[in-house]
Amino acid sequence: MNNDTLIPLVGVVTDVRQDTPDVKTFRVNALEGGKVFEHMPGQCAMLSIPGVGEAMFSITSSPTNKEYMEFSIKKCGCLTEWLHAMDVGQQITIRGPYGNYFPVETELKGKDLLFVAGGIGLAPLRSVINYVRDNRENYGDVQIVYGSRSKDDLVDYQEIIDEWMADDNIQVNLTIDNSQEGWDGHVGFVPNYVKELAPSTNKTVLVCGPPIMIKFTLAGLKELGFSETQVYTTMELRMKCGVGKCGRCNIGNKYVCKDGPVFRYDELGALPDEY
Amino acid sequence: MLKISAEKLNELFDKIASQQTLYIPVDREDKCAEFKKYESGMTLSKALNTVRSAKDFFLPQTENLAEFRRSGKTIEVKDIRKESEDFVVFGVRACDAKSFEILDSVFLAEPVDTFYKNRREHGTIVTMACTRPEETCFCTTFGINPTVPGGDASVYFDGESYFFVPFTEKGKVFMASISDMLEDGDVTKLSEVQAKAREIMTRLPLANLTTDSFGGEKLMEHFNSEKWAELSEACIGCGTCTFVCPTCQCYDIRDFDTGHGIKRFRCWDSCMYSDFTKMAHGNPRTSQLERFRQRFMHKLVYHPSNHEGEFGCVGCGRCLSKCPVSLNIVKVMKALEDK
Amino acid sequence: MQEAMIKRAKELLADGTVNRVLGWKKGEFAYDSTPSVFETAEELERDFVCNDFTQANLSKYLIKESRKEGKILAFLKPCDTYSFNQLLNEHRIIRENVYVIGIPGGPKLDVEKIKAKGISGITGISKDNFTIKIETLYGTESMPFYEAISEKCSNCKSKKHVEYDELVGDEGDILNSKRFDMVEKLENMTSQERFDFWQGELSKCIRCNACRNVCPACTCENCVFDNPKSGIDQKAAADCFEEKMFHIIRAFHVAGRCTDCGECTRVCPQNIPLHLLNRKFIKDINSLYGEFQAGADRTTKCPLTDYDVNDCEPSIVHERGVE
Repeated sequence: MNNDTLIPLVGVVTDVRQDTPDVKTFRVNALEGGKVFEHMPGQCAMLSIPGVGEAMFSITSSPTNKEYMEFSIKKCGCLTEWLHAMDVGQQITIRGPYGNYFPVETELKGKDLLFVAGGIGLAPLRSVINYVRDNRENYGDVQIVYGSRSKDDLVDYQEIIDEWMADDNIQVNLTIDNSQEGWDGHVGFVPNYVKELAPSTNKTVLVCGPPIMIKFTLAGLKELGFSETQVYTTMELRMKCGVGKCGRCNIGNKYVCKDGPVFRYDELGALPDEY
Repeated sequence: MLKISAEKLNELFDKIASQQTLYIPVDREDKCAEFKKYESGMTLSKALNTVRSAKDFFLPQTENLAEFRRSGKTIEVKDIRKESEDFVVFGVRACDAKSFEILDSVFLAEPVDTFYKNRREHGTIVTMACTRPEETCFCTTFGINPTVPGGDASVYFDGESYFFVPFTEKGKVFMASISDMLEDGDVTKLSEVQAKAREIMTRLPLANLTTDSFGGEKLMEHFNSEKWAELSEACIGCGTCTFVCPTCQCYDIRDFDTGHGIKRFRCWDSCMYSDFTKMAHGNPRTSQLERFRQRFMHKLVYHPSNHEGEFGCVGCGRCLSKCPVSLNIVKVMKALEDK
Repeated sequence: MQEAMIKRAKELLADGTVNRVLGWKKGEFAYDSTPSVFETAEELERDFVCNDFTQANLSKYLIKESRKEGKILAFLKPCDTYSFNQLLNEHRIIRENVYVIGIPGGPKLDVEKIKAKGISGITGISKDNFTIKIETLYGTESMPFYEAISEKCSNCKSKKHVEYDELVGDEGDILNSKRFDMVEKLENMTSQERFDFWQGELSKCIRCNACRNVCPACTCENCVFDNPKSGIDQKAAADCFEEKMFHIIRAFHVAGRCTDCGECTRVCPQNIPLHLLNRKFIKDINSLYGEFQAGADRTTKCPLTDYDVNDCEPSIVHERGVE
């Protein structure tokens, strides 16, 4: 019988990094080394500890990383609590990749890009950012606006400082919600910061973060003169199968697991407001 | 046309059952019909339809997907799939036969669900034409002709004999396997019975229900209808409609610790349930209104939108007779089309 | 009766006593109706129905409705008033937001019992003394009225309303029902026979949760069977033990609170006689602690949540368990 997507593969956790007080990034390899499967930026995978649970996570690492996959996971439920407690060497089951991806090889090619992320919302965008960095000649200006509740809650802070901010070809704007000691950067919510920065309206925008942040960011972008066809986001709803059959992650007639998770804003606007 | 007389039907069943597993609808003690594995002496139910639909044969209520063994930090995955046995389902009505096409459009779409496909490939569907439709029937709304029920082969009963017609390769193989018990028969009486059934169809209380107001292009209009609040107010949030429905296919995946390992199974799920879309960090459908709306939008708008206009309902009428508070798709359709 | 109810409801709406009416709405056929909230006289005249088939117990809807703006009129049958009282005892309904009109109860009819006679294609049903006449697509049929009486009404415990603001129609009495006969029959079986009986019935269960969701005693905000943190949440039986576990645990949970309204059995799509599990508990409570009827009044404490020096000892389980 042919393989069935519902029967997972086994991977092994080869590195665990504590990113913030409630976010850890897990490196996953195939048992024989290398990656369990290839993916495109924005795609997801179902991770599971049998007996504990199975859930969909966006693949945080870029496909250009040929050695391993990474997942940045926030602790917020039964499964993620278990994952946060595990050590290097733990095996997990993995299946995927699922869903569509950011159109890095089509619509986004040659464009000036603006990434807007809040909190754990950086996870799916990090894959695109690193993909773009590794194919830098294919894209125009790159600007990243990223914010979190506090400095401690900035995911991948070290990578942002050491690599993204050190890259002359990328403009990084960080912000935190409230001022705190040891932070001399911008203070304020992401949507307001985007408005203050007033990026040029010829940019294509990729947004991910808490729903409320996305909502206000989009309103702000519209005020600045951006159209909905310039903005992409990535969605998350409860998923079980990952292939548009179990019937629960739909927004209108679109399944987030299959037709998404990446949607352009005008597509999302044509769907019921039920997410 | 080839036929067998009614008194020889059980001999035929015995023959089929000697070759492969046979399921037929039989009456339970409570006079409701259900599909049962045929054993010699069982009598074919005269009921129009079974309480549970025939979808169980291809999408059982629970089914194991895989097994896992966890020890220390290692995980072993065991593929427990087995090639299904050949089986025959006898006496499927036109509505349920059509429901398989709808299930196919979901489960056989890429990536193919091998669990479903396996059973589908090994199952032969022998349908039976309806002669006594009931007041809850509205299959014609969805373009189904219950007097020509489709499937791999069809059976027509004229009150004395059962006439057989094959449609597919599987149906022809089935016919060949029983051909020595069949004889040529005169279809005069059958034509009368068929004509009578067709005449009854035009007089059914729901005969005038149409799908004209539904389909993918009506997505926002129906989603935003103000009628959902009233329509859903009595809904108790159970899964009866979902579970008796031949086309409801949503499922959940769960793990079960057997004590000797982890069994991962899937089971029917219902969009009417409060936890259907519940995540660790939120729920997009917190009210019964939203959940109720989802079920009917799926059948009347989302499914046709994604499957070339094909609706996710076959008009079998099970939800009409089984909903604890008599809410059903007919009431929803009538309310939504009433401008 | 229906006309008198509509008339009174319209009066109470008009004089501002209530702003909504909880009753039953006409369905597609002669026998189906849906619990519904009516807000205007026009809606009442157009859609309100109360007939031989309006079986649904409306009390559970009052948990939500009594928390809305204004007062709601609820039509309750005698058995429904027991559920209503029990919900009041459990502080689930806000009494001052409900105006209860007691209406005569059944016996109500169950269309499934008519269909079980092989009568199909029903287009109309009328009653003539002790016979019901059924118009069908295939001609007119008739059958004795009593043979179509629903399970919940066939062993009626009371025609008396235990809580109301006013009555429409005459008040009835508490009855000497034979409702424990079947329980006794089960008790007299051998344990193997009894196991086989329940195995046969409960294996039909499709876990639709209709019994739980309709039950006026099942009002938990989050049922253990829906709560992933309970460790026993499930949507389907993973083995043959779990098949029974759901119903047995539910029966335990509503023990002493179940008023025997019969909704569980009425709604079961698989016709499982679930009320028998609850009746066994009621019968046991009666014999171990003295006669007790949940919801009968607002003062008597349920023996299972109250302590008395004369209460039976836990050893009773062992003593009675010996065959």
